[in-house]
Amino acid sequence: MLIELGITFLNTLRDVAPIVLLIAIFQIFIIKKSIPRLKNVIFGVVLVIFGLTFFLMGLEQALFPVGELMAKQLSNPEFITKTYSGSLTDWQAYYWVYIFAALLGFSTTIAEPSLYAVAVKANEVSGGTIGTLYLRFVVAIGVAIALVVGTYRIVVGDSLATYIMVGYVIVVIQTIFVKKDLVALAYDSGGVTTSTVTVPIVAALGLGLSSVVPGRNPAIDGFGLIAFASVFPMITVLGYAQINDLAIYFKKLSKN
Amino acid sequence: MILRLIGNIAGKLKTSFFDLLPIIVVVVFFQTIVLQQPFPNMLETLVGLVFVVIGLMLFVEGLELGLFPIGENLSYALVKKGSLFWLLSFSFLLGFSTTIAEPALIAVAKEAGEIAVESDLIKPEIESSYILGLRISVAISVGLAILIGIWRIIQGWPIYYLIIGGYVMVIVMTLFAPEEIIGIAYDAGGVTTSTITVPLVTALGVGLATVIEGRSPLTDGFGLIAFASLLPMIFVMGYGMFIF
Repeated sequence: MLIELGITFLNTLRDVAPIVLLIAIFQIFIIKKSIPRLKNVIFGVVLVIFGLTFFLMGLEQALFPVGELMAKQLSNPEFITKTYSGSLTDWQAYYWVYIFAALLGFSTTIAEPSLYAVAVKANEVSGGTIGTLYLRFVVAIGVAIALVVGTYRIVVGDSLATYIMVGYVIVVIQTIFVKKDLVALAYDSGGVTTSTVTVPIVAALGLGLSSVVPGRNPAIDGFGLIAFASVFPMITVLGYAQINDLAIYFKKLSKN
Repeated sequence: MILRLIGNIAGKLKTSFFDLLPIIVVVVFFQTIVLQQPFPNMLETLVGLVFVVIGLMLFVEGLELGLFPIGENLSYALVKKGSLFWLLSFSFLLGFSTTIAEPALIAVAKEAGEIAVESDLIKPEIESSYILGLRISVAISVGLAILIGIWRIIQGWPIYYLIIGGYVMVIVMTLFAPEEIIGIAYDAGGVTTSTITVPLVTALGVGLATVIEGRSPLTDGFGLIAFASLLPMIFVMGYGMFIF
């Protein structure tokens, strides 16, 4: 276990190295000024490196094996015939997979560190009106919906591009009808949902499912869950902004 | 003093634990009630969970102490220097250097190479150069994405015109790109932004929008990550059309 911890630590260092190098070069040669409170900042970066090391190591020990095992077990024909009497080609046969996908999407997104970072910043610049937990909650619901739709698509074998395009059309329509101050944040929340925690388990779910459902090719149908998880949070965050707009509108209306 | 420190740490550990509680509940529920299976390696799992909680706490602490100040400081310093050239080259290099070594991207690119060989789109001999080309095109696209995003903050353009324009390009490219690359291209957008890049880039954008007069940190500061997940899709599909 110590060896694994060491390997994870070195991997994290390797990921951080190009950024540290780039920033150091810019600070020394181009900005030519040192960072204020340098000691604190360095301490913070060390904390981030150690934090990520423990986080990734723990995920690999605890979550990924169980998550992958579950994804396999839930899409196992033996389990499905035990809970559903119809044929394996029916989309209803996989209802436990959908439930699992929804709960998995929600719970892993709540724990996603990048989303946490964006939520903290959003809370800071909005003067506290966007609560960190609120934003994470809304994004997590988006990922949950995304994974349900994504697993359903794998089962029925519809075209990925069509679904994504419909998602884009919804985003564009919402963008037209929303107050513009939250639009950039909503767009960003699409990209941050899928990093360390969600991707490995979700990928296992997609590949496992597409190798079980008759007529699906894992090489083509297994992809796309991550893409879904980056479109749907935009829709839910924009929706949240629209509900906010409506609430303000009705408040004004009742005052008059 | 020490007591207060311990209390402080305990409180933060508790917050991290509550962030992870949903995952634990989901896993336990499915394993014991739905699947009715025993837990494999109970001890390892528990130790792993403790690691995750400690790691998350350290990360959150380091974020506020280290990554956010670095990002903000860089945007202040580069604006004060008044050189657009250095600001834009920093943006490009930040996107490029963090993406080229991204493990998730390496994994996706490798998979894409295997699929391309299996479906006879490329010859097996050029598989490794195909994979490298894919990684480089994604890294360049993320660099350009951050650069365009920073340029947008400076100019104060509304984000939705650019993003909607990007969507239109994705849709048009999807019609012409080979079918085998579409799924990978769409996923490539999601895997490019790592856990260290996101806080830095967010702090950079928000810092910039705070310093430049007439920009709102909330409306203008965000959006860099949105570009970084959109442009790779366009580039990967373009790469697919160019190669095949």
